[in-house]
Amino acid sequence: MAAAERGAARPTGDNRTSRRRRRRREHCLRTSGLEPGALPGQSMRARAHVWPGRREAGAARGMGEFKVHRVRFFNYVPSGIRCVAYNNQSNRLAVSRTDGTVEIYNLSANYFQEKFFPGHESRATEALCWAAGQRLFSAGLNGEIIEYDLQALNIKYAVDAFGGPIWSMTTNPSGSQLLVGCEDGSVKLFQITPDKIQFERNFDRQKRSTIHKMIVDRQYMGVSKRKCIVWAVAFLSDGTVISADSAGKVQFWDSATGTLVKSHLITNADVQSIAVADQEDSFVVGTAEGTVFHFQLVPVTSNSNEKQWVRTKPFQHHTHDVRAVAHSPTALISGGTDTHLVIRPLMEKVEVKNYDAALRKITFPHRRLISCSKKRQLLLFQFAHHLELWRLGSTVATGKNGDTLPLSKNADHLLHLKTKGPENIICSSISPCGSWIAYSTASRFFLCRLNYEHDNISLKRVSKMPAFLRSALQILFSEDSTKLFVASNQGSLHVMQLVEGSFKHLHAFQPLSGTVEAMCLLAVSPDGNWLAASGTSAGVHVYNVKQLKLHCTVPAYNFPVTALAIAPSTNNLVIAHSDQQVFEYSIPDKQYTEWSRAVQKQGFHHLWLQRDTPITHISFHPKRPMHILLHDAYMFCIIDKSLPLPSDKTLLYNPLPPMNESDVVRRRTAHAFKISKIYKPLLFLDLLDERTLVAVERPLDDIIAQLPPPIKKKKFGT
Amino acid sequence: MAEPVPETGETLEEDRRGEEHESSLGLRTVPEQTSPVLGAGPDGLLGVEHSDKTDQFLVTDSGRTVILYKLSDQKTLGSWSVKQGQIITCPAVCNFQTGEYIVVHDNKVLRIWNSEDVNLDKVFKATLSAEVCRIHSIQGTEPLVLFKEGAVRGLEALLAEPQQKIETVISDEEVIKWTKLFIVFRHPVLIFITEKHGNYFAYVQTFHSRVLSKYTLLLGHEEKTLIQSFTASVDRKFISLMSLSSDGSVYETLIPIRPTDPEKNQRVVRSLLLKAVVSGNARNAVALTVLDQDHVAVLGSPLPASKESLSIWNIKFQTLQTSKELPQGTSGQLWYYGENLFMLHGKFLTVIPYKCEVSSLAGALGKLKHSQDPGTHVEPHFVNWEASQGCGLGCQNSEQSRRLLRRRKIEVNLQPEVPPSKQLLLTIKKDSEKHIEVELRKFLAMTQTPDFHAITGDIVTGLLERCKAEEPSFYPRNCLIQLIQTHVLSYSLCPGLMEVALQKTDVHLLQLCLQQFPDIPESVTCTCLKLFLSIGDDCLQETDVNMESVFDYSGTVQDEKMEEQTKILQNGFNPKEDNCSNCDQELKEKPQDTTKETTSCPVIPKRAALLNAILHSAYSETFLLPHLKDIPAQHITIMDWICLLLDANFTVVVMIPEAKRLLINLYKFVKSQISVYSELNKIEVSFRELQKLNQEKNNRGLYSIEVLELF
Repeated sequence: MAAAERGAARPTGDNRTSRRRRRRREHCLRTSGLEPGALPGQSMRARAHVWPGRREAGAARGMGEFKVHRVRFFNYVPSGIRCVAYNNQSNRLAVSRTDGTVEIYNLSANYFQEKFFPGHESRATEALCWAAGQRLFSAGLNGEIIEYDLQALNIKYAVDAFGGPIWSMTTNPSGSQLLVGCEDGSVKLFQITPDKIQFERNFDRQKRSTIHKMIVDRQYMGVSKRKCIVWAVAFLSDGTVISADSAGKVQFWDSATGTLVKSHLITNADVQSIAVADQEDSFVVGTAEGTVFHFQLVPVTSNSNEKQWVRTKPFQHHTHDVRAVAHSPTALISGGTDTHLVIRPLMEKVEVKNYDAALRKITFPHRRLISCSKKRQLLLFQFAHHLELWRLGSTVATGKNGDTLPLSKNADHLLHLKTKGPENIICSSISPCGSWIAYSTASRFFLCRLNYEHDNISLKRVSKMPAFLRSALQILFSEDSTKLFVASNQGSLHVMQLVEGSFKHLHAFQPLSGTVEAMCLLAVSPDGNWLAASGTSAGVHVYNVKQLKLHCTVPAYNFPVTALAIAPSTNNLVIAHSDQQVFEYSIPDKQYTEWSRAVQKQGFHHLWLQRDTPITHISFHPKRPMHILLHDAYMFCIIDKSLPLPSDKTLLYNPLPPMNESDVVRRRTAHAFKISKIYKPLLFLDLLDERTLVAVERPLDDIIAQLPPPIKKKKFGT
Repeated sequence: MAEPVPETGETLEEDRRGEEHESSLGLRTVPEQTSPVLGAGPDGLLGVEHSDKTDQFLVTDSGRTVILYKLSDQKTLGSWSVKQGQIITCPAVCNFQTGEYIVVHDNKVLRIWNSEDVNLDKVFKATLSAEVCRIHSIQGTEPLVLFKEGAVRGLEALLAEPQQKIETVISDEEVIKWTKLFIVFRHPVLIFITEKHGNYFAYVQTFHSRVLSKYTLLLGHEEKTLIQSFTASVDRKFISLMSLSSDGSVYETLIPIRPTDPEKNQRVVRSLLLKAVVSGNARNAVALTVLDQDHVAVLGSPLPASKESLSIWNIKFQTLQTSKELPQGTSGQLWYYGENLFMLHGKFLTVIPYKCEVSSLAGALGKLKHSQDPGTHVEPHFVNWEASQGCGLGCQNSEQSRRLLRRRKIEVNLQPEVPPSKQLLLTIKKDSEKHIEVELRKFLAMTQTPDFHAITGDIVTGLLERCKAEEPSFYPRNCLIQLIQTHVLSYSLCPGLMEVALQKTDVHLLQLCLQQFPDIPESVTCTCLKLFLSIGDDCLQETDVNMESVFDYSGTVQDEKMEEQTKILQNGFNPKEDNCSNCDQELKEKPQDTTKETTSCPVIPKRAALLNAILHSAYSETFLLPHLKDIPAQHITIMDWICLLLDANFTVVVMIPEAKRLLINLYKFVKSQISVYSELNKIEVSFRELQKLNQEKNNRGLYSIEVLELF
């Protein structure tokens, strides 16, 4: 293989030279009035001369044919977005969903969902806000105010406000006090202390619950009889109150006199959410029709100081209610019932027109919900409150590219495992042998043993889990299914030996002194000797499982890790980051590999860097050590390290099969990245064996079909 | 008035001769007017002009004297006279750039002096080669001299060569009747109106581009009317020239500042702005001056027999804002500088401070309804949000209480231990209806405190609470009517009142509410409308409905009523007598010819009065329309009929020539938009079909095994 690599390196250079030569020649021909094709024989001969042995090598190294199990029965529906809260200091966005899940997106790190807090059935969040020191609070219908520990990734504490369900919450401008509006009509003020919050005082009770902050009879509109509800208000420092109501109006009030200053009727449906920019020169509202409207404070005439609020831009990126909006300095952020989080950059505020200036639509979590048992061809699907185990079907037929093969056996739904209790599942895993399933909620860790007898499956829970194993952020089985690795939310990593029907705790790698960061990604080498673990910001730690000690730490990088894997035989650790960089680090040598250095030197193709979903899974071909297989939500890619890297001028993605192109042209454009965009949105892709892939897709139409129908809107009103 | 009187100093030589007025030109204060007064001769004044200091004015007598007068101190700061035998022919003005004063005597002699000079005979003198009509001086530009033949010179250029030849601009027999100078985009623009054989011409001179444009004023139907007074205001593109004609109406003419074709003699039409503001054939002097974009002041007799008076009209809402009688007569001259109106009243120059408030419908309507006595102060109609309802009795805005502190101290001894309002509220809780009525009358007779409206609101709320508690026996109708008639209530102050009245189908009370409340929600207005439409005729006959809005139903009382109602005369656009912009009159006429007319009024007069109350209430169409959709089918006929009336009004509006081009443009625009939309709809449908086909092709089921080759 080393010879092949060398062989591959040399023609690359020649290839480039020849291309340069050819361009020059074409130029000459054009100036002399002749077509470049006038001398085909000459150029062909020249190239044939340059690559004498290339043809055979290329044919041998072709990516080849795969049978692909195309799975669309993962019936996953993301929860609707209920609140969004933007933090300017850290440039992070907190998003809460209707199932109580809270997600943290790092807008500086390519909008990566770097953290999440699992949902809870009784903890519907109605309000979310950031306080000073980048502390995150939520409040909801169970009447509790919750603070989240963003380091340990758990709930720091919950305080009952004793006012019934909480409908709204906000901080004072300095972020030192918290105000909540409760169902009983009370508004309560809490002082934020360094480690908790303390009740300070109650404001006067309103007759109605505090979401109805301003009810003026004039707001009746549209379908009468229904009471007009003010869904959202904003209070500006100049005393202007902006209200958004169920009659479809955005109204400006003078708080000093209580008078209506201006009214904008923007929709026939409800206006449900509002967010004002820090400068108070712009705000955004979301409506039940899925439209987001941008309002800006603009001068009345070009050179006057007098300014007025003007509705400037409507955006229609949602199909359903926009329940929550946020306003960052450079973008409008919206989310709602259709489960998409949409980040719409304000082009006039974006200084550099890079990929940050593009619209982002985030639908799927940036982590894996699926694990796979290669040996038994099983897929384990993780839902909020249950797990599903499926066995893939089979076929005996063969075919050519693009064929759908007749099934000799269809896929089977083997198991539906429901969790007890109100908590959402954080993580789950099935062992490669298919005999173990492990999963965890915020307070309990579960390990089950599966027995297969012909067509019957029996499941036995392993009881008596040790007390320290209460909650896991990530679970991983070793390749031979004899070891279980658990990343707990205290920052420690537990190693357990699995023996027939029971387990033994071998060791716990404690977090480095002074760090409390939880590990959320794990990778184990196929030989079972190395374990790599990564948190959200610090570097990747590599442990020696045999000697049970820390082997090395990969230097920390600016962007969070999105996926990790250790290659067989070489024990090279492949790390994907949210800025779409991929590194290869040799664990035995404790340094980046030559290939990784070469990639960093040349840089990735610009289109590769511009992809907007993170790589969530990396795997390797059992027979082809030069191949790395990785995927994001819209493509999968096999990187062939033996081929030259694509330059920015090369076509990165060429979906067309080389039907009419000559072998020579094809080889000239061949590069290391083989990309396929056939399967999307792609939630999981792995190699079952050297000739078989499994791809789990979740078409958006299937998700939309499970949502309530949107408000019908006529596009062209005649 | 046979002689047209210009707003500012046209020179009429025969009037200026000989007589000495300095004896009568003096200072006097008339206490009941609280405004300073200067005496003047019988021929009026030549002019009142602003000086370079605010509050100081140059008053030029129509004889030999110029006086500098300080308004706030009511005293004369200086007085200058020309020699015996000379006569001032043009009002003195102040040169704002130098602070000097300028006057012209004997048509051609220019004098310039400053406040230290004593004798006009010894100050700078320049004799010009042509007769001066008028010197204009305003802030921001040098004084401009307009000659009688229409030529204009800057003062500096003129003084550099006083004997320079002055060209003739206007034709023979053409006489300058009125002139005014504006600053538009920092450049002066001069307009002057000339008259020749009953035809009027407007000249607009711009100094930036040195363009003089001439316009012929077309007077419309009444070609023979005489224009008695002019005034003008300016915006970015147009000079709005208003004229008061001998038919007593005010007309507006829009004259472009930048002409499209300056060479051509262009024609401009005038449109009716206010109808019959002064009596058409009065012999007295009339004058018109514009105060701001929405207000004009008119001097003259409103009726042929009545005394002369000053009235201020809101031209936007066509309502009379205020008026004041001038029993000693006036000269038909009116000036307005910095919120002060200057006019002669008898022999004295009277200054009446007047500040235009921002024109609002509510303000206009409020004035319309309560203008019984123009002199009295009308309780403001707005609602004090802070002192209303939740705050309760006795709770006062801190600012108010501070302001009233001194008065409170004096009153504190006189006050009973329990405030009368509290007592009344206690009475309301327990006592009989009769007793409440007596107590209420006593309470209303007392002096009104600043929070009177809030207290009144609380009293109504108290009454309504008891109404609800003791239904149906307790319904203090008379008390409620009395309270509504205090004119201080609004819907916001007593939201339950109309609800109760609706329950009781008390149409009279509802009518009063509709007439009085400025803030009724459209949904409630519509509920009232439904009730008014659905209530039976026989029920209506028994009820007591205020028929004022259909008062001219019987032709006999009409004339008398008109006499009384002149002050609240509502003006319309229709020049003809059968004023169809006014539904009331339609209502009045239709029932009489029920047998003849096919589209006759389908309602009895009482119902008509109620419907009028709805039509006159303050509603916004946007909010009302959705509720109108809920009107049941059997009432649609009446609604259709009202729509016909409103359509007729609209037709009148769209038939005016100014609207024509706009309508054509609108029509074209809508037409093109409809065609674009229909095409878009077609495209959308075909795209949807394509999408369906595409989906079917991609639908592969939940599971498949496929072959993929990577190249």
